[in-house]
Amino acid sequence: MDMDIATGEKKKIRDVRILEEIARRVRVKILKMLTKAGSGHTGGSLSATDVAVAIYFSKMDYKPEDPSWEGRDRFILSKGHAAPLLYAIMAEAGYFPPDVLDNLRQIESPLQGHPCCKSLPGVEVSTGSLGQGLSVANGMALGLRLDKNPARVYCILGDGEIQEGQVWEAAMTASHYRLDNLCAVVDNNGLQIDGRVKDVMNIEPVMDKWLSFGWHVIGIDGHNMQEILDALDEAERTKGKPTVIIARTTKGKGVSIFEDRVEYHGVSPKPEELERALKELGDE
Amino acid sequence: MNKATRQAYGEVLVELGRERPEIVVLDADLSASTKTNMFAKEFPDRFFNMGVAEQDMIGTAAGLALTGKIPFASTFAVFATGRAWDQIRQTVCYSHTNVKIVASHGGITVGPDGASHQALEDIALMRALPNMTVIVPADAIETKAVIRTIVDHKGPVYVRLGRAKVPTVMPDDYKFSIGRAFVFHMGSDVNIIATGIMVEIAKRAIEILSADGLDVGLINMSTIKPLDEEVLLTAARSAKAIVTAEEHSVIGGLGSAVCEFLSERHPVPIRRMGIQDSFGCSGPAEELLRFHGLTVESMVETVKGMIKS
Repeated sequence: MDMDIATGEKKKIRDVRILEEIARRVRVKILKMLTKAGSGHTGGSLSATDVAVAIYFSKMDYKPEDPSWEGRDRFILSKGHAAPLLYAIMAEAGYFPPDVLDNLRQIESPLQGHPCCKSLPGVEVSTGSLGQGLSVANGMALGLRLDKNPARVYCILGDGEIQEGQVWEAAMTASHYRLDNLCAVVDNNGLQIDGRVKDVMNIEPVMDKWLSFGWHVIGIDGHNMQEILDALDEAERTKGKPTVIIARTTKGKGVSIFEDRVEYHGVSPKPEELERALKELGDE
Repeated sequence: MNKATRQAYGEVLVELGRERPEIVVLDADLSASTKTNMFAKEFPDRFFNMGVAEQDMIGTAAGLALTGKIPFASTFAVFATGRAWDQIRQTVCYSHTNVKIVASHGGITVGPDGASHQALEDIALMRALPNMTVIVPADAIETKAVIRTIVDHKGPVYVRLGRAKVPTVMPDDYKFSIGRAFVFHMGSDVNIIATGIMVEIAKRAIEILSADGLDVGLINMSTIKPLDEEVLLTAARSAKAIVTAEEHSVIGGLGSAVCEFLSERHPVPIRRMGIQDSFGCSGPAEELLRFHGLTVESMVETVKGMIKS
């Protein structure tokens, strides 16, 4: 990753093609580590990849060699089962060498099945039990504001995840305390473990829900890098209220055999599937 | 002096707020009862009312801790530990965030509000969590000492306070440290290991027992996790039997903790005084204590019964 030698901060990337290339590499890493691990969540890691890459490489300030640097922007993966996505991005960003990804889900590995902040520096808080990340993000946003620290907080939630009641407690809190240093993203891929979100427990009208809770709401195609960048810019410009980006995404995005397939929520690719996936992603 | 431990908490929180700008306080719409409203009044920018939303309160406290604040999150014990248990597990204990959960209205002395508001399982719930420290102060003096101590302890702490006024039992010069029990006296017949309001009740029971010529010791085990194992071993070795006493279910609280430890290290006869696997009910605090057998008289009887057998 490009680094500013003087400050140690990484350079922010605005070039859509470069970001798309990083997203492609991240998807390759996700699929390889999941196949090696033999278990894990493929679909939801791939659906949120473009948004997460844009947040990490076009927006956030951080120092991989100093993960607890006070000036860093904060990222919380509330949908903790997409841990492979977070790990792939952190490897890409230089938090640890890429070969660490081979240890996903192994005993005493820093890469636990769901993100663990005590195992892996750079993970802000342990997630995995759904519905909790936004509350923690709110607390961080409040703390940063008390310190007059201009850092921002990003939080990615799953669409199934927002069935958790705590999410709406937190939605009220962010709006009540006017947390404009917070940007949430809902990875709206339409699927959850037991089936289509609309069949299991409908969350629509999802935009209206967040609007009525007092948020600034932006709906985008969550795989269109330019739309993602524009939405993140708009979030940063929005004052007096928190912003949520409802990113319409495809579960398993980038690999045709996994796309929009509920079976790949919590299942890792088989070796022959990996071979085909890597071919599609141009990694041979 | 008769003062509720929650009142002492409210007072010491204001004192600490003046000394430590990193202290922030959260409450879930019960600040007048938990006494965090005193802090809110003096430090409105550092007080966050979270509404009736305990799960969100705990997560928010964790987030504040992750930006270097020292959050104190307060509500009734039954809601703090019951409604937000998984949040405490995931974002406080597993994530090892520096969150202090100080809950009021522990036990049956909550009184007329009844079982829905009486936490009788909170110690069990908190004690089961790795990384958690569990403390039950006996009076106002100990409460202030505990709160002052845990500010400088990095990591999750659960403190259980009460609604009712309680007499002072601890000496004025009392120094608290986490995991160290306070030994009033080591007995040779029976040692009573008590926590919270039961320390004062035990003190009165021992006066009666002494008059009858019995040497009964008293230990205030205010830190229930980690247990003061050294004092427990001494207590088990010096007397013939142990009585534990707590305003909590006999399942999972102080009595369980003492039994777990001593059964492996130095088995002795033990009786657990507490709530016998039931819910509470409405009534005046004093009557409820009598109803559940948490009185001086029943303690005298229990100790004498142990000596006989």
